[in-house]
Amino acid sequence: MLSFMAMEYSEKVMEHFAHPHNVGVMEDADGVGEVGNAKCGDIMRMYLKISEDEIITDVKFQTFGCASAIATSSIATDMIKGKPLSEALTLTNQAVVEALDGLPAVKVHCSVLAEQAVKAAVADYYKRKGLPYDHPCDACGEGGCCGHDHDCQDHD
Amino acid sequence: MFVYADNAATTAVSKAALDAMLPALQELYGNPSSLHQKGREANYALIAAREEIARCLNAESREIYFTGGGTEADNWAITEAARLGAEAGKKHIVSDTIEHHAVLHTLARLEKQGFEVTYLPVHDNGVVRLEELEAAIRPDTCLVTIMFSNNEIGTLQPIREIGAACRKKGVLFHTDAVQAVGHVPVDVEADNIDMLSLSGHKFHAPKGVGALYCKKSIKLKNFIEGGAQERGRRGGTEAMPGILAMAAALKESCAHLEENMAKVSAMRDRLIEGLSKIPYSRCNGDPGCRAPGIVSFCFEGIEGESLLLRLDLAGICASSGSACTSGSLDPSHVLLALGLPHEIAHGSLRLSLSEYNTMEEVDYILQQVPEVVRMLRQMSPVWSHMLENTEDPYLAMAK
Ligand SMILES: Cc1ncc(COP(=O)(O)O)c(C=O)c1O
Repeated sequence: MLSFMAMEYSEKVMEHFAHPHNVGVMEDADGVGEVGNAKCGDIMRMYLKISEDEIITDVKFQTFGCASAIATSSIATDMIKGKPLSEALTLTNQAVVEALDGLPAVKVHCSVLAEQAVKAAVADYYKRKGLPYDHPCDACGEGGCCGHDHDCQDHD
Repeated sequence: MFVYADNAATTAVSKAALDAMLPALQELYGNPSSLHQKGREANYALIAAREEIARCLNAESREIYFTGGGTEADNWAITEAARLGAEAGKKHIVSDTIEHHAVLHTLARLEKQGFEVTYLPVHDNGVVRLEELEAAIRPDTCLVTIMFSNNEIGTLQPIREIGAACRKKGVLFHTDAVQAVGHVPVDVEADNIDMLSLSGHKFHAPKGVGALYCKKSIKLKNFIEGGAQERGRRGGTEAMPGILAMAAALKESCAHLEENMAKVSAMRDRLIEGLSKIPYSRCNGDPGCRAPGIVSFCFEGIEGESLLLRLDLAGICASSGSACTSGSLDPSHVLLALGLPHEIAHGSLRLSLSEYNTMEEVDYILQQVPEVVRMLRQMSPVWSHMLENTEDPYLAMAK
């Protein structure tokens, strides 16, 4: 049961967790990506609005998961909003971790999920356009969400 | 408002406990084993503390062994019972699936050493069935270990009946009563208990002190080699401040047991009633057989750690059995043992009260939790899926 992890979260993580940016559903999205799995405890859904010249004009997200899952989704949307698609595709999980001033080791998988969610949404956009897409997730190649260590800790 | 609702994790130290321990940090500094006046003075205090603990459990003082907490008492009791069993050629143990890890991990070690353990299911209400327990006891069973009150969902097991069944079959019975002592009546005689673990910090004593009750007819071997402390069974100069505080805290808890139980149960019931109004929520554990202070809920469509930290931001200290809060892959083994799917177990919340809590605090919790759950559901894709696919008119209305 939790008691120590909150202390390990940076102020930046807590800020994005307490006041996440770009939360919500986008009805007229041009690309939607969903990654993760509820059994493992986190799912992210990312919505993109993309202009003619392939600029991400708006982003929204929905996340089921822990504080770091919410914070990584929030900051990832900030990092790609207003950017060309090509740039969004270069977003890495390390960049997300750095932007949050670090994540506890057991939470790094959340940043992987954020990168995957962005890529899945872009892939969906390409698919809708009938264009080929070739940008697998750098961090792990696919949608596994359970990359964290299995060391159970009990506190009471 | 600040509300501490995590009393199953640990409790605040009481005034009585603090007053009892301060002398041991000041003038009562003698070593109880010393023959001079300072030693004797400390020894008298130690004898009185042991008597007090024994009195509260209806045991004899020579049946009380002070330990460094509940975990140590569990390790000691189970390891010893297993050793005694093996000496008699009996290497089978009966336990259940929702024990604390202090018990489960000790049993796992014994399994590696050739013992066989039967883990009884607890069904969807978190309670062991007596018939199943009786049926699980075999001629080679040396120990039954079943917890008194569960730390996550608060279910109480039928300890007295389990103890009677063990007596009838001549099998040792140990109970991890860490969440029970000081909270519900515990009487080792009437409850047919042979060995019992308790821990001070669950009833307003400091952390790091506990006790093992072991019936005098059981021939315990030394657990820690050293001096003659704890009748030679656990060497090492006694942790006097903690021991004196624990005795004072338990004395106080037992003196006010009835009124505290009434007060805390009333707050618990109000919490359960209020939280049950949240759609797609469930109260975990048996509705009737539960400890006065422990409330466990699952809220579908959200994850426990974010719920917890949101509540923390609102000034409420609680806990969760979600995987994220333990740094492990799986949600709590207790919630899974109830048959809850992972998805739902991830959304768990435990609120645990003590007599220090108030109805105003309960009302504040009841104002905050539904708000936080609603907020997290709004940003949850799992909840959106549920809304999209629902045939439930109530849910559909929430779209
Ligand atoms: C049921 C149960 N058993 C054992 C323990 C361990 O006790 P301690 O923390 O004193 O080692 C706890 C709580 O921590 C508990 O809730």
